[in-house]
Amino acid sequence: MKWLSLLIVLAWFAMAFGAFLVGESANLVDLNKLLAMPDWQSWLGYDELGRPLFERLLLGAQTSLFVALGVVIFSALIGTSIGIYSGFMGGWVDRVITKVIDVFLAFPGLLLAIGLAAVLGPGIENVIFALVAVGWVGYARLARAQTLSLRHREHIQAARALGVSQPVILYRHLLPLILAPLGVEATFGFAGAVIAEAGLSFLGLGVQPPDASWGNMIREGTRYLLVAPHLVIVPGVALMLVVLAINVLGDRGRDRLDVKQSTPHV
Amino acid sequence: MINYLLRLGLSLLFITWVVSSLVFLLIHLVPGDPVSVMLGDWASPADEQALRHQLGLDRPLWQQYIHYFMGLLQFDLGTSLFFQQPVSDLVLERLPMTAYLAVMAMLIAVLIAFPLGMWAALKSGRWPDYASMTVALVGVSIPNFWLGPMLILLFSISLAWLPVSGADQPWAWVLPAVTLGTALAAILARMLRASLLEIFHEDYIRTARAKGLSNTRVYGLHALRNALLPVVTIMGLQLGTLLGGAVITEVVFDWPGLGQLLVDSIQRRDYPVVQACILIISVAYITVNALTELVYAWLDPRIRLAN
Repeated sequence: MKWLSLLIVLAWFAMAFGAFLVGESANLVDLNKLLAMPDWQSWLGYDELGRPLFERLLLGAQTSLFVALGVVIFSALIGTSIGIYSGFMGGWVDRVITKVIDVFLAFPGLLLAIGLAAVLGPGIENVIFALVAVGWVGYARLARAQTLSLRHREHIQAARALGVSQPVILYRHLLPLILAPLGVEATFGFAGAVIAEAGLSFLGLGVQPPDASWGNMIREGTRYLLVAPHLVIVPGVALMLVVLAINVLGDRGRDRLDVKQSTPHV
Repeated sequence: MINYLLRLGLSLLFITWVVSSLVFLLIHLVPGDPVSVMLGDWASPADEQALRHQLGLDRPLWQQYIHYFMGLLQFDLGTSLFFQQPVSDLVLERLPMTAYLAVMAMLIAVLIAFPLGMWAALKSGRWPDYASMTVALVGVSIPNFWLGPMLILLFSISLAWLPVSGADQPWAWVLPAVTLGTALAAILARMLRASLLEIFHEDYIRTARAKGLSNTRVYGLHALRNALLPVVTIMGLQLGTLLGGAVITEVVFDWPGLGQLLVDSIQRRDYPVVQACILIISVAYITVNALTELVYAWLDPRIRLAN
């Protein structure tokens, strides 16, 4: 399972980079091949405008990877910084930040992203912004909880007593200890961002045609479900495999960290 | 308990206030002038001025805010630009459909999750465990906007058993509810399995076994009842998430609920309706979560006595 998942994720990266080689041919229209089914010449067939589906799938991979990387990197950086700072400072700073985190958690995440994407207008940058606005909270909560449990550790007390500056304590002495759980959170965040981007694009709020996203490919394809089901099946299978693979890797990571899970089963 | 109720009530009020303020600010996030975005490029300045006045956007921000809150207290959510009728009527008409879908999805999730999770826990480490947890992992990973069309393809088009979309025909709820409930079923099954496995190690289970009780009594009476507590909490919290997730499912199946109204209104740039839908779904989510916490506190005194 683990190796297969790694292979799928690698294939996803390869597809995203392959999209650079495809270039304009993903948008080339061939009117003789409207809705053509897959065959030996074109593995995945053609879409409703006569564009090759394989090339569109690569472009979609690139979109999802780009959005997922953007969302995870920005959310993790912002969330972790806020969480560590809040946990380490304590006092009223911590109380205010905890309240803000509570409010964000009180919103259904997808709905907030839909609302933001709706008012900001469609586009890949706005999708990333909307998903970061929702996504940072998870990292902040985790980083705060971890910091609270670690800040009285002896090596941190020692660094304080030696007069090490606060940024150095946070960066050199605390951050390395909480990287592992944050990494697991980021792995699941990756899967969440891939699904959320596709979901927003499916609703017409994300990436707009002629740019390809697996979400808007499924959206366009549902209109031709009866005559050309491959338009929905192909991007959907790709999306599911990638999300499944990332989730398997995330589960593995979590099991490694969670000591309780390794107790022998009944 | 009274103290606990007061604290919970206050925090519910506070969060509702902050959330409704954020929803108020949403329209001010529209890049440029929201009025020209709503009316498009061809509107006359007089039309723009009229709409600006109707929405109150020509007044200072603080006056708009007070007006908005006074309206909210009387359940006045403004007027829809597209339908030209009160937003509160539109929303109230759609809300029951979304709630119905969410409850049916929850029911289906429970019907799938319980047998799956228990089977996995009882046969832990053997093939039924791996099989059901693989099914659960696939369930979490399938996006509902893809599962929906696939179910339509199989059950409505190929087998012609169930209607494709809408909510008029009997059994029309089945496919949307399955689509919405699948991910939840997977989460609940994993949770129940983990919860049961943890409880199998408890002393009272060993005692029950040592007393010579049958497996059915040990698992059914002692283990399952205690394993349910965290699972019920997750169910409550996920009911709120279902309300949010219903947006996509409703669009896939043309289900006449709040989510579909929201997405249609976004495309029509009918911002008063967009604001109202987001507000109502969020408040429903917050309320369901608070109720879950209340039930949990009632079941487990350790929670209400904390702090």
